[in-house]
Amino acid sequence: MTYISIFFTEIYKIFFLLIPVLVSIALIVWLDRKIWASVQSRKGPNVVGPFGLFQTLADALKYIFKEIIIPSSANKIIFILAPVITLTLSLVAWAVIPFSEQMVLSDINVGILYLFAASSLSVYGIIMGGWASNSKYPFLGAIRSAAQMISYEVSIGIIIINVLLCVGSLNLNKIVLAQENVWFVFPLFPMFVIFFISSLAETNRPPFDLPEAESELVAGYQTEYSGMMYAMFWLGEYANILLLCALGSILFLGGWLSPIDIYPFNILPGVFWMIFKILFLFILFSLVKTIVPRYRFDQLMRLGWKIFLPLSLTWVVLTASFLFFTGTLPSTG
Amino acid sequence: MKINRIIKTIFMSDFISALFLAIKTIFKSKKTINYPFEKGKLSPRFRGEHALRRYPNGEERCIACKLCEAVCPAQAITIESEARDDGSRKTTRYDIDMLKCIYCGLCEESCPVDAIVQGPNFEFATETREELYYNKQKLLENGDKWENALAENIKSDSAFR
Repeated sequence: MTYISIFFTEIYKIFFLLIPVLVSIALIVWLDRKIWASVQSRKGPNVVGPFGLFQTLADALKYIFKEIIIPSSANKIIFILAPVITLTLSLVAWAVIPFSEQMVLSDINVGILYLFAASSLSVYGIIMGGWASNSKYPFLGAIRSAAQMISYEVSIGIIIINVLLCVGSLNLNKIVLAQENVWFVFPLFPMFVIFFISSLAETNRPPFDLPEAESELVAGYQTEYSGMMYAMFWLGEYANILLLCALGSILFLGGWLSPIDIYPFNILPGVFWMIFKILFLFILFSLVKTIVPRYRFDQLMRLGWKIFLPLSLTWVVLTASFLFFTGTLPSTG
Repeated sequence: MKINRIIKTIFMSDFISALFLAIKTIFKSKKTINYPFEKGKLSPRFRGEHALRRYPNGEERCIACKLCEAVCPAQAITIESEARDDGSRKTTRYDIDMLKCIYCGLCEESCPVDAIVQGPNFEFATETREELYYNKQKLLENGDKWENALAENIKSDSAFR
C-alpha cells in the first residue's frame, strides 16, 4: 500500500523528466544529422515525417527488431549489463538538473558533485562493454576511452572548482542564481572554452572520437554490439552529450536565467531559456563535429595533461587570489 | 613565424574561421537531390543498359557482323547468325552477360549500323543473377522501350562523332 502511495506522490515525477529527455534525444540526433548534412551540402534525413523528424524513431524501431548477437567468447552478464549501465547512468544524472527554480526533480545541496560522479561513472559502461566483448577492437577502444575520459575529467573537475569558488555552494540552483548579475562565461571565458573542449572529449565526440575511430578500430567498444544493445549505447551517448550541454549552460551561461532582466525577456519561463541554451551548446557541439579532423592519441593526451590541466590549475589560483584580495570571496552555506 | 603560430593556436583562429565557414555553408543550397523522386541530368553519351535497335519499318538493325563480339574486352557478348530466306544475314542468338559487362561502350562504338547501343537506363537491378543474362528478345524489347530517348541521344551526339 505504501509503495503505491509513494509511486503516486513521488515516482511519477520521474516520467515527467525521463520522457521529455528521451524525446529530446530523438530530436537532437535528428538535428545533429541535419546540421552535419547541411555543412556538407547534403539534404540529410528528410523522408520520415515532416522534415524527416521521425527518422530517429524509425531507426529505433529498426534496432528493436534486429537480432541481438552475443559473441560466444563474450562474458554474457557483463556484455548485457554494459549498455544498460551506460544508458542508466546518463539518464540518472538528469535528476538534479534545474530547468527553472522549481522545475528540478531533486534539489540536493551537493548537486554538482552528484552530477560529476554520475558522468564520471559512465566510463564504466564503456570499459565493461569493451572488456566483455573479448575481442581486439572493442578492447583497444575501451582502453583508449578509459584513458581519455579520466584525463579530461581531471580538467573538468578543476574548472568546476573555479566556478564553485565564485559561487560558494554546490547546489545547482544557487550556482545559477549567483550568475544573476553576470554570467560566468564572461569573467571565466578561457575556462568556458576549456570546459567545452573537455566535454567534447568526455563524450567521445569528434575530434576526440578515438574510442570509436572507425578507420582504426572498426567501431571501438561498440563493435560486437547489435540491435537494441547498440541503440542503448547510442542513446546513452547522446544523453551524455545533452547532459554536458546542460552542465555547461548551468555553470557558464546562467542556466534558466534570461540574458537580460527586462520586460520582453523575463516574461518567458526559465525552462525556455534553459532549453535554448542547451540547444545553443548542442549546435556548437555538432558544428565542431563537422569541421575538425580526428586527433592522434598522443596529441589528445598532450592536450589534456600538458595544456588543459596546468592552465585550469593556474586559473584556479588566479580566481582564488583575486576573490581573496578583493574581499569578494562568497560566504559558504 | 613561430610566434604567429602560437598566437593562432591560443586564439584558435583557424578553428573559428572554419566555424563561420560551416555556418555559411548551412544556408547555401544543397548539392544532393531526392534520388528516387528527382534524377540528375544524364549526358547523351551515358553508357547504361544495352538495347538492340530497329529500323522505323520494324526490321532489326543488327547485321551480325560480330564486331561487338570481337571488340568486347570482357567477352560478354555471344552471337550466332545464319542467312535468312531473303538473303540477308541476321542473328539467331544475341546474348549479353550483364554481369561480365564492364560498360566500356566499345560495342556501341564498333557497331556500323547503330544497332547495339547503351541507353540512359541504369536502374535495372534484379533479384537473381539469371535475370541479368540478357538474350536477343530482352535486348530488342529494351530497344523498343527506349527508342525515343536513344534516337534523341544519338542525334544530339552525332555532331561530335
